[in-house]
Amino acid sequence: MVSAQENVISAAGLRRTYGDFEAVRGVDFAVRRGELFALLGTNGAGKTSTVELLEGLAEPSGGEVRVLGRDPYRERGRVRPYTGVMLQEGGMPSQLTAAETVRMWAGCTARPRPVAEALELVGLSDRRDVRVSQLSGGERRRLDLALALLGRPEVLFLDEPTTGLDAEGRHATWELVRELRAGGTTVLLTTHYLEEAQELADRLAIMAGGRIAAAGTVEEIVGAHPATVSFRLPVGWLPGDLPPLPALGVTGHELAGTSVRLRTDALQRTLTGLLLWAQDNGVELAGLDARSASLEEAFLKIAGAAEDDRRAGAAKRREKGAGPPAARAADVVRTDERNAR
Amino acid sequence: MTATTTAGPQPHLDDRAADVPGPLARLAAIGRAELTLMWRSKLVLFGALVTPAGFAFATRSTVEELDLSDTGLTAATVVLPSAIVFALIFVVYANLVIVYVARREELVLKRLRTGLLTDRELLAGAALPALCVALAQCLVLAVTVSLAMDSPAPEAPHLAVLGVLLGMAMLTVLAAATAAVTKSAESAQLTSMPLLLVSMFGSGLFVPFEVLPDSVAEVAQRLPLSPVVELVRGGWTGELGGGAVLEALVVAVAWTAAGAWAVRRWFRWEPRA
Repeated sequence: MVSAQENVISAAGLRRTYGDFEAVRGVDFAVRRGELFALLGTNGAGKTSTVELLEGLAEPSGGEVRVLGRDPYRERGRVRPYTGVMLQEGGMPSQLTAAETVRMWAGCTARPRPVAEALELVGLSDRRDVRVSQLSGGERRRLDLALALLGRPEVLFLDEPTTGLDAEGRHATWELVRELRAGGTTVLLTTHYLEEAQELADRLAIMAGGRIAAAGTVEEIVGAHPATVSFRLPVGWLPGDLPPLPALGVTGHELAGTSVRLRTDALQRTLTGLLLWAQDNGVELAGLDARSASLEEAFLKIAGAAEDDRRAGAAKRREKGAGPPAARAADVVRTDERNAR
Repeated sequence: MTATTTAGPQPHLDDRAADVPGPLARLAAIGRAELTLMWRSKLVLFGALVTPAGFAFATRSTVEELDLSDTGLTAATVVLPSAIVFALIFVVYANLVIVYVARREELVLKRLRTGLLTDRELLAGAALPALCVALAQCLVLAVTVSLAMDSPAPEAPHLAVLGVLLGMAMLTVLAAATAAVTKSAESAQLTSMPLLLVSMFGSGLFVPFEVLPDSVAEVAQRLPLSPVVELVRGGWTGELGGGAVLEALVVAVAWTAAGAWAVRRWFRWEPRA
């Protein structure tokens, strides 16, 4: 029986070194069947290095990878019939036409889709006889996606699939990926568009400096970061007139003239206290704005903190590297809180 | 986060093992695409089709000035092996260095390695059209040179065939090894030059071993393409003894094995970062 809860992709203590440089420094995560998992990170965070290990393109220098329960590098003949891969960049001979490229791939694929269907899927039917060198960057990206989907993969690896696409192309790709997921395909996606992760991912991990700095659903990751409330006090009122802020869950504040910005871990409590105070005192809070942290804020803080952390010296890094990844992620968030105050 | 290890291989939604295309089908798919690419590159096409004939013509005039009276050779048995080996060097070796480097730099090799092709199939498939063209060239040269120079039919054709096949295998492997030290398709002309020069002057392409001093000939016969030249020439003269055939085989296999080892050790599947 195929269970929906099984881990289709799993990485444990994954490491990858290039000479002296360690690009992946102990990565753990698992993706369940039918799930869409996004790996986020700044350039050089180790996303592509990690994905290449999952794709079986290289052997990890440490740790273990399993795709569909097998080693994707050593048992690649058993794994490949079920995986589809889109690399970060190119990989199609420039002097073949779109249709010829798909035909070449079809000859090396188990149960391939017909060439016309594959091109139709990515909206390239009218470009079938155009050479790859004459396609736009976005069209090449879509042709690459058609190759990845040619064998109706159970597991799909997409490394920055929408880089270079215009807004329309990006939305069409998102729609396609959603349809595939709805059809039961497990998808691992890397991206540096946060919006893309927010749109598509069931769960995501943020990588920084070769490690996973935070992982979970979008809500979980965002929830770990303070929300903001901002407003202007009317003339005659001072911030000191506000109710005691720590009691409202406020963890920090900034003042600029009459403008007040509060950071809070308990947005509803802060807002309720504030509004009740305003009502009781007949105060009008001009420009009132309350918002949860965005994925972007969370991302920038996590990635930024991890970067500081990375620079903080080799000894400290070795020490930290010894702990489990969850604890490290928490460390990063705490460091960040300290910096913020 | 959930547990990160799972117990054993998982069942698939559909079992595809029976529908995986076999190695021959995969080679054919890559070979077909490469043939299209070869056809579209006029420069490669010119190098593969015209250069060997030009070389055969050029050697002929050189050879006719040599004094072959003591060597038991005729002008035809000097020109023919040279022309065939030169065709192999150009169509297989020089051409494949460019093909491998170009595919690597375009990330085609890396992309194809994400699929079902094994590394060996990938290199062999890319070589397929060049090998077919080389084979056809050898046949055409054998017939035209024989006719033009009024040479008798080969005495031991199997030796000539063996020589050509060994040469094709060796040069494919050496092309991949050379590609490993070649940065771009443009610099391929430079990196494939040493083998070309060494073979021209050392392996008896211009000057047969028989007219070289003994000590020089001894070394020259160990060069990569020397056994190919000897086998092809032996195929025509029928005067290559069993020991000499064996020696040629050993040299050819040794170079091929050395090349294969170098490929395993140094071949890169993607551009240097």
